[in-house]
Amino acid sequence: MNAASSTQKIRVVVAKPGLDGHDRGAKIIARALRDAGMEVIYTGLHQTPEQIVETVVQEDADAVGLSILSGAHMTLVPKIVELLRAQGIDDVVVTVGGTIPADDIPQLKKLGVAAVFTPGAPTQEIIAFLVSAVGNREPR
Amino acid sequence: MAKTPGGKESTEQQWREAFEAAPERDVSFTTLSGTPVEPLYTEADLPDNTDEQIGLPGQYPYTRGVYPSMYRGRLWTVRQFAGFGSAEETNERFHYLLDHGQTGLSTAFDMPSLMGHDSDSPLSLGEVGREGVAVDTVEDMTTLYKGIDLGEVSVSMTINAPAAIMLAYYVVAAEREGVPPRQLAGTIQADILKEYIAQKEWCFPIDPAMRLIGDMIEWCSQQMPRWHPVSISGYHIREAGSTAAQELAFTLKDGLTYVEQAVERGLDVDDFAPRLSFFFNAQIDFFEEIAKYRAARRIWARELRETFGAKDPKSWLMRFHTQTAGVSLTAQQPLNNVVRTAIEALAGVLGGTQSLHTNSYDEALALPTEDAVRLALRTQQIIADETGVASTIDPLGGSYFVEALTDKIEADAYDYFKKIDELGGMVAAVKVNYPQREIADASYELQQEIDSGRRVVVGVNAYSEGDEQQTTLHRSDPAMERGQVERLNAVRAGRDSAAVEASLVNLREAAAQQRANLMPLLIDCTRTDASEGEIVQALQDVFGKYVESPVF
Repeated sequence: MNAASSTQKIRVVVAKPGLDGHDRGAKIIARALRDAGMEVIYTGLHQTPEQIVETVVQEDADAVGLSILSGAHMTLVPKIVELLRAQGIDDVVVTVGGTIPADDIPQLKKLGVAAVFTPGAPTQEIIAFLVSAVGNREPR
Repeated sequence: MAKTPGGKESTEQQWREAFEAAPERDVSFTTLSGTPVEPLYTEADLPDNTDEQIGLPGQYPYTRGVYPSMYRGRLWTVRQFAGFGSAEETNERFHYLLDHGQTGLSTAFDMPSLMGHDSDSPLSLGEVGREGVAVDTVEDMTTLYKGIDLGEVSVSMTINAPAAIMLAYYVVAAEREGVPPRQLAGTIQADILKEYIAQKEWCFPIDPAMRLIGDMIEWCSQQMPRWHPVSISGYHIREAGSTAAQELAFTLKDGLTYVEQAVERGLDVDDFAPRLSFFFNAQIDFFEEIAKYRAARRIWARELRETFGAKDPKSWLMRFHTQTAGVSLTAQQPLNNVVRTAIEALAGVLGGTQSLHTNSYDEALALPTEDAVRLALRTQQIIADETGVASTIDPLGGSYFVEALTDKIEADAYDYFKKIDELGGMVAAVKVNYPQREIADASYELQQEIDSGRRVVVGVNAYSEGDEQQTTLHRSDPAMERGQVERLNAVRAGRDSAAVEASLVNLREAAAQQRANLMPLLIDCTRTDASEGEIVQALQDVFGKYVESPVF
């Protein structure tokens, strides 16, 4: 596998698990990441955990951003992380964005979620986080 | 400034010189939607044909309100959207709201119900009863409105793709309580076009989905004279990030498309147009919102009278429900949301809304707690009973600024109509992602304004305080999902499965014939206790599913 280097574009899957159709945030993030020079793959709505993991694998992504507003994050995120692990993927940076109550954040991080962005998080902050988190990974 | 008398012109000139000599704050003076705002509006900004354009309340073109007496006669209906967990839990909250002065009910369904999945579908995992109430069968619908006189209380149901199925459930549930369809008053959202545009909860491809809505409108026009079969909704379009003009234009164009379809089916426009109603957002830009509602009434009246030749003045009336903007709420410093909601609600009232939902301050974090819901309800009561704004009709009518903004937003809407017509109408425009792209662009621009600090959001990009105080949040009960699945299984175990299968076979056959109205068949399926997921599946066997190609 290639070593991650600064000359390579960061590949990010922006994914929308669950049944809700609130894709405003996901689409803004996808576009902001694209404008920041990343390769963005947006899955579209209503994705099952299996579909998301398949996209991450197929796209050889460096990171996956999960956008959830429905309140189902404590069901869906663990499932996605588990499926990634089952595929032997442990170097993909997983982030979550949406209406996530503060109490749930430590639990999500314990599962291996690198960052949780709640409403109001500026896009620059998300971009900066991904650049640094992907850059700091062990070379694969 | 031809119509300004001589003296005024020179005093206005003096004002302008004095104004320009003074420093101006270094901010962009635009509305939330990006429309430039002048430092001052004067008589010169009023339309030339002021009387015709503005008129009087209850008179064409209804700029000042749909009724002659407006809130002098009757206040708006307080209609708080509620729904979570099981039908039993939501029923308790309905009783609570009615006991606290609410005058109509508004039902939120959970995601699986909105998407046509049963609670035991693998796709429903983690979503059952979370963002609304779980309804799988007519049994749940019966529980939902238990102890509520459905012949008296008007009920609104926010559901779209499977709306015809939920209406069938409602009709059968009411029938079991002895209330016939003709006595049922309320609204079902059933605005499928805006699902593809903004809300994104669909079951079928666009064309069969439009047919299903058409079947429902037709059936309601014959069987449910007090029912509003479509609530044409801009709310979600705005929440998805549109401008005020886009919200107005896309919503009205959706509405005109339903009218067109019904007329094509051979219905007389005056037989159903009076039952169409609207649902708009109330965002934080106070005057822009008021102008939007006023422009909406004028456009609808004109289009129905002039384009569709409606004769009954009731067909010309754009009646609407308003909800304060969920997207304007911030997770940071949540109590600030109380203030935002109050101002937005006031805009809805000054814009002449027929009913109103005020959001709870904790909704950027989770579903609202009971205390937060009560405060939202009290906000409306303070506006209604303490502020005096309901004492006179359209108190902002004639305001130079408000009238100018009303004209501007109306003109912007007509520009959009023109573009949509050039694409072959709204259905064609939606299929090529036109409104979707316009909304995505607008929402991205706004986000960039906020991120760059050009637009201030208090507590988010200005006046932020670091560590936020934690508010108490509503928590969903994890046992709820299991309970709902058990209830569904119990219904399945107790029904005549041959009858269910026969009703679904009939439904499939009728769906395959373009001319058949599916409503009576959906009611037959309901009577056999067929589940929502089973009915949707039967229709998908014929109609197929919708696949979006997203734009961002």
